[in-house]
Amino acid sequence: MIHLIGPFVLAALLVGIGLAGVLLRRNAVLVLIGVELILAGALVLAVSISIARPAAHAASSVLPLFVMTIAAAEVVLALAVILAVYRLRGSIDLDTPSEEAR
Amino acid sequence: MTGLDLAFAAAAAVAASAGLLAVTTRHVVHAALWLVVALLGVAGVVLLLGAELVALVLVLVYVGAVVVLVLFALMLTRAPIGPDRAHAAGPGRTILAAVVGGATTALLLSVLYPLAGGWPGQLLTRRPVSTSQVAAQVFSTWVWPFEALSLLLLAALVAALAVSRIAARGSTP
Repeated sequence: MIHLIGPFVLAALLVGIGLAGVLLRRNAVLVLIGVELILAGALVLAVSISIARPAAHAASSVLPLFVMTIAAAEVVLALAVILAVYRLRGSIDLDTPSEEAR
Repeated sequence: MTGLDLAFAAAAAVAASAGLLAVTTRHVVHAALWLVVALLGVAGVVLLLGAELVALVLVLVYVGAVVVLVLFALMLTRAPIGPDRAHAAGPGRTILAAVVGGATTALLLSVLYPLAGGWPGQLLTRRPVSTSQVAAQVFSTWVWPFEALSLLLLAALVAALAVSRIAARGSTP
């Protein structure tokens, strides 16, 4: 038996930490780590809600699985774009302006 | 407080503290490794909530695949070994990030606290979801979203290949 406040607090913490990471990091790959933490918070929330309030079309485990699949696709594409940018510009520092902007 | 509550608190503490370290550590590679610990904590939390399949897939997909991809990307972009002081954020930005993160947490808590029914909230009756139940749902109610997801994965794969080919052509003069 688990009280519902626990998963909710964890989800809120993970989303806050992830958002702080997205704002804090200058390395583009490390920004993705923040995004992963935000998605983990959403996952905890989805799982706990589905257990607390079972619905007619009980998507209890299906929705989290879908979230994870979409997150995996997003990470693959984002890393491909980051690697392409690194090859073109030689840096993935998000704070340095590109040559066109200079 | 029940025994499961204590186990949950332990797993959640691991997840939250490892997440905090993952976003604050100066070592670039350590950030990815702390992400592994955080995701294992989340998997433990999900396991305690009774969704075994989700926990296993979380370990397989995130810890197995996504973190390996992130580590590869860090190596391919020549991440420095040791502390990365050149890319450290300034103090103003650190404070801003902490304030925004804290404010988001407070906002979410203010919304979720009434939903949980106050402290310590509604007691969850743990109903373990069997894998055959999940399979029946995926291939009956959710079969079209499932097929759309497989198309999405295929599209992501092709798009990743296409993006890397464009970059290779652009870099060769």
